[in-house]
Amino acid sequence: MKVLVAVKRVVDYAVKIRVKADKSGVETTNVKMSMNPFCEIALEEALRIRESGAASEVVAVSVGPDQCTDTLRTALAMGADRAVHVYAGATPVLPLSVAKILKALVQVEQPGLLILGKQAIDDDCNQTGQMVAGLLRWPQGTFASKVVLDKAKNVATVDREVDGGIETISLDLPAVITTDLRLNQPRYATLPNIMKAKSKVIKKVTPAELNVEIKSDMETIQVTEPPKRKAGVIVSSVDELIDKLKNEARVL
Amino acid sequence: ISTLVLAEHEGGLVKQSSLSAVAAAASINEEKSVTVLLGGSGPSLHKAASHAASCHPLILQVLVAEADILVHPLAETWAELVHLVHKQSGFSHIISSSNSFGKNVLPRAAALLDVSPVTDVIGISEPRLFTRPIYAGNALCTVRYTGADPCIITIRSTSFTLSSSSSEAKSNAAPISQVDLSTFDEGSLPKSRWLNITSQESERPDLANARIVVTGGRALKSAENFKLLEKLAEKLGAAVGATRAAVDAGFVPNDLQVGQTGKIVAPDLYMAFGVSGAIQHLAGMRDSKVIVAVNKDADAPIFQVADYGLVADLFEVIPELLEKLPDKK
Repeated sequence: MKVLVAVKRVVDYAVKIRVKADKSGVETTNVKMSMNPFCEIALEEALRIRESGAASEVVAVSVGPDQCTDTLRTALAMGADRAVHVYAGATPVLPLSVAKILKALVQVEQPGLLILGKQAIDDDCNQTGQMVAGLLRWPQGTFASKVVLDKAKNVATVDREVDGGIETISLDLPAVITTDLRLNQPRYATLPNIMKAKSKVIKKVTPAELNVEIKSDMETIQVTEPPKRKAGVIVSSVDELIDKLKNEARVL
Repeated sequence: ISTLVLAEHEGGLVKQSSLSAVAAAASINEEKSVTVLLGGSGPSLHKAASHAASCHPLILQVLVAEADILVHPLAETWAELVHLVHKQSGFSHIISSSNSFGKNVLPRAAALLDVSPVTDVIGISEPRLFTRPIYAGNALCTVRYTGADPCIITIRSTSFTLSSSSSEAKSNAAPISQVDLSTFDEGSLPKSRWLNITSQESERPDLANARIVVTGGRALKSAENFKLLEKLAEKLGAAVGATRAAVDAGFVPNDLQVGQTGKIVAPDLYMAFGVSGAIQHLAGMRDSKVIVAVNKDADAPIFQVADYGLVADLFEVIPELLEKLPDKK
């Protein structure tokens, strides 16, 4: 079985973002970019599945501009066997179009499992996995905190982090899984593996070659900073705190 | 404009988060144009339908989809149901709460209908103009949906509240009808099975809707110490929350996590003990009305958003609070 993993290049999670003065978006030039943390978890899970013997190959895919190849090199250094870069230019691609591209790639690669991060930490959309599952008419296990594969039965049992606790579902393969934070702890790429990754293949394709038309049914009007909370006060004792909460804030 | 609200129910009542989705739907226009969709089976479904029919004066009708396969919240079944109901009636908007149910189902339904959803909406300024947080709430993005009907959105329930149902709605309940499921082909659905859910029963209020939330961070040091926080929560009639670090350390289960990827809360009073104030945590609580922070580290970022800060050891502060706070009425 083959596992396909989608990875996204985003502003590094440790960067304090700045909204552009013209309100057109968030500053991304000269800002450190990294693989989306949830995508690292997705890739780690795919690698573990291969290492357990349940899969034979892990293919990483990223949709976006030329710099996505850096993200794919990271994926190869972590252990992916090969990578596909879907060159979509500099304009951001909406989740629906990404889902259509992934569907087209699934039809080419025929994986038994497609794993994605549950959301990207830039747009926080949390959509792509669900959408590609819908387009493929595959079952979906979103927000996974545990995945157990039964190769004999061709079934994945997935623990999901939901509002009320942990929900367990089972899916017939092929299926889509999206990863939550506690699924695993992603590995670091070691120096020898980073060197080895340089000789691995990154295939470049365009959406047109996959017969996918990139359309946009969403227009960004403006991006602004959230309203700031006004500075509070430091109290000196529990008594003063209780007094403030009762008589000033009136919440007790 | 005709809006479909995908609603959840529990114990014969429409869930609070779904009532927020009704409030969002009603804010889109002033006409009686909201349809509520409920699914499942048994008497609790019908009780919930009556509740839905009288929860808001702008509700036009309640649709009930009665089938055993809709008892569990599987995305494959529910997305297909939304698709089917839209094909039958044609809505301009489809809305649900941005909780783990809505997030799982609506993007899938949107893909089936070939439209882009707008998730996590916190403001609706025109029927197709929405505000949503990006970058963990460090920026707000205003987007216009320009595609074909339906416009599909999920809303943050903390941003839309339903004022208690008016007498007009109660005396003038909307009609309830059954969804025609004759074309709903179970056999063709992708194969997934619901096995179980493990949750911790608690007497305390639900985290997402509590009026007071007390939260602990890694500084609580152990699951045992979280009991101290639970005692305080009981005294205040509050819900208990936790940071990602505290959940990762195994002190409390995942469903207590407040933050970018956990629950978004906006209570009247949020009390954070031993919470440093990481960006992803602030994303989940920054809209709280009053924020209290107790931390030994005077430089902790949480103090920058706190209305009242107390630089002190939480292990001294909590017992003192327990002693000095009045019991809840």
